[in-house]
Amino acid sequence: MNLLQSMKMAWKSISGSKVRAFLTMLGIIIGVSSVITLVSAGQGTTSQITAQLEGLGTDLLTVSIMGRGSSSSLTLEEAIDLADLEGVANVSPVISGSVTAKKGTTNDSLSVEGITPSYEEVQDFHIQAGRYIVDLDNSFRMKVALIGTEAAATFFGTENPVNQTLQLNGVSFKIVGLLESKGSSLTASNDNKLLIPISTAERFLRSPGVRSITVQVEDTNQIDRVKSQLEAALDKKFLNADNAYNIFNSQEMLDTLNSTTQMLSLALGGIAGISLLVGGIGIMNIMLVSVSERTREIGVRKAIGAKQRDILTQFLVESIALSGFGGLVGIGLGYGASALIGQYSELSTSVSAPVVAFSFGFSLFIGVVFGMIPAYKAAKLRPIYALRTD
Amino acid sequence: MISTSLPLIEVQGLGHGYVMAGELMTVLHEVTFKIYHGEFVAIIGPSGSGKSTLMNMLGCLDVANDGTYLLDGQNVRELSDNKLATIRNEKIGFIFQQFNLLPKLSAYENVELPLIYRNLPHKERKKAVEESLRIVGLESRMHHRPSELSGGQQQRVAIARAIAGSPPLLLADEPTGALDSKTGIEVMEKMKELNALGHTILIITHDLSIAEQAKRVIRIQDGKIVEDRGSQE
Repeated sequence: MNLLQSMKMAWKSISGSKVRAFLTMLGIIIGVSSVITLVSAGQGTTSQITAQLEGLGTDLLTVSIMGRGSSSSLTLEEAIDLADLEGVANVSPVISGSVTAKKGTTNDSLSVEGITPSYEEVQDFHIQAGRYIVDLDNSFRMKVALIGTEAAATFFGTENPVNQTLQLNGVSFKIVGLLESKGSSLTASNDNKLLIPISTAERFLRSPGVRSITVQVEDTNQIDRVKSQLEAALDKKFLNADNAYNIFNSQEMLDTLNSTTQMLSLALGGIAGISLLVGGIGIMNIMLVSVSERTREIGVRKAIGAKQRDILTQFLVESIALSGFGGLVGIGLGYGASALIGQYSELSTSVSAPVVAFSFGFSLFIGVVFGMIPAYKAAKLRPIYALRTD
Repeated sequence: MISTSLPLIEVQGLGHGYVMAGELMTVLHEVTFKIYHGEFVAIIGPSGSGKSTLMNMLGCLDVANDGTYLLDGQNVRELSDNKLATIRNEKIGFIFQQFNLLPKLSAYENVELPLIYRNLPHKERKKAVEESLRIVGLESRMHHRPSELSGGQQQRVAIARAIAGSPPLLLADEPTGALDSKTGIEVMEKMKELNALGHTILIITHDLSIAEQAKRVIRIQDGKIVEDRGSQE
């Protein structure tokens, strides 16, 4: 008997009891669709976070200084000297704080960062109008500022902010440039802030010394070497004290985060996989019932010449058809559910072909494994016993 | 198919028993007979006489503990389960008391089933199925399911299934047992017609009136042959 005939027989038997077949498949349908939905939600979230982190730049090292004893920061000169280390392209020390800005009757609290001109390149943060902070601003501690788009809208509305003045804690600053819009990063809005010369910030914010430095390396591959050089330099400065500084590498964070979300995806997929397994047990259960219900049919088939292999194939094809068809419906539902989640929730989803293929393959595999025992039981029935049973 | 010199069935010293509650129950004892091609034989005996066990042995559904059984010259004892399935498919056509048609299949599909297991191509199957349904006079009802047919019609479908693969032996176990007397007579007439066409027929029954329509009657009691009337030897 060939496979086509077995399929026809399986189809007859399944279509002969549609409700039962549907309920049997339900376990697999739920299993497959939840594997696809949960894993695609997990992977979608992962790629979303990865994209955000990659926006931070993978060629950057962020140094935070906590200090030791009385020396709790680097001087501006010491920070800028870090650029002389081998493999370092740029150094961007930052002094940050917050001020109350006032323009006419508009008041708002803004965050302020004191920067050097290298900030533009290191942070990839440019202006759309006016000019950037230049070295001269730092040399003369000029009271000039670059303004973010959101802050500009607050204080100047649709007017051009360039060459206007803004009161920061009662001191007049001249706006020399309008920054481009950058959107929010993981931590805060990039567009609701002011950038002023770092030497001005040191005095104005009463915050002597630099506690945050972003180091750009020449080559991403050398990032580990540069990091250890930085560590050597800072250890020397802080006399090997513990926790005097922290060097953060966005690539490292990316790796940590990736492994975390990977674990999450695996855990979700695993839980859904268990429901797939339970669905398989449901199939086995129904197939066992089906074998004992159809004992007489098996006897008749054997009496008229069905071999053990024929009976085995018939029942195996039937259980594979149940699980396979359930798997297909599950894939459809999984796609639908992922699309709905992507549409109506904060989560982004991405259905990946390997997951679809895997869950479908797994459901077929379950059909084979859990169909094998009932099919073997049917094939081994002795014809005289099977014929005698009602 | 006709080789008159060699018997179709040759049973020699067939014995069988079951162990029940620690005691050996002898069901068949030293049963010996031959059946030649073209014969119409009835095996008759009361219930418990061992005739059903004998029928299982002759139908290759079971293998006896003792003795030899040659079917068309082949020793059944030496065959594997799969080989027995092939023998049942090619050499024997079964007709059961309860018809044993598959309820979800149409008459046509029921008759086709043994030919599917024989791996015949579709065209040959169609020809054989339609021919055998025509012989039993059901060519107009071939797409009906068993539940849509009367008892007599169902048994005729079963007969069509038995003859579809033109096996040398038709083995009928109480073929009229579940039918009223009028349809029972019709079915017996059909059997006689088939015998006239050259089929070898073996009927197992407890009904004397059925047995008497056969050309040869083997009477069995307590597992032994007590009478063999009309034998060709």
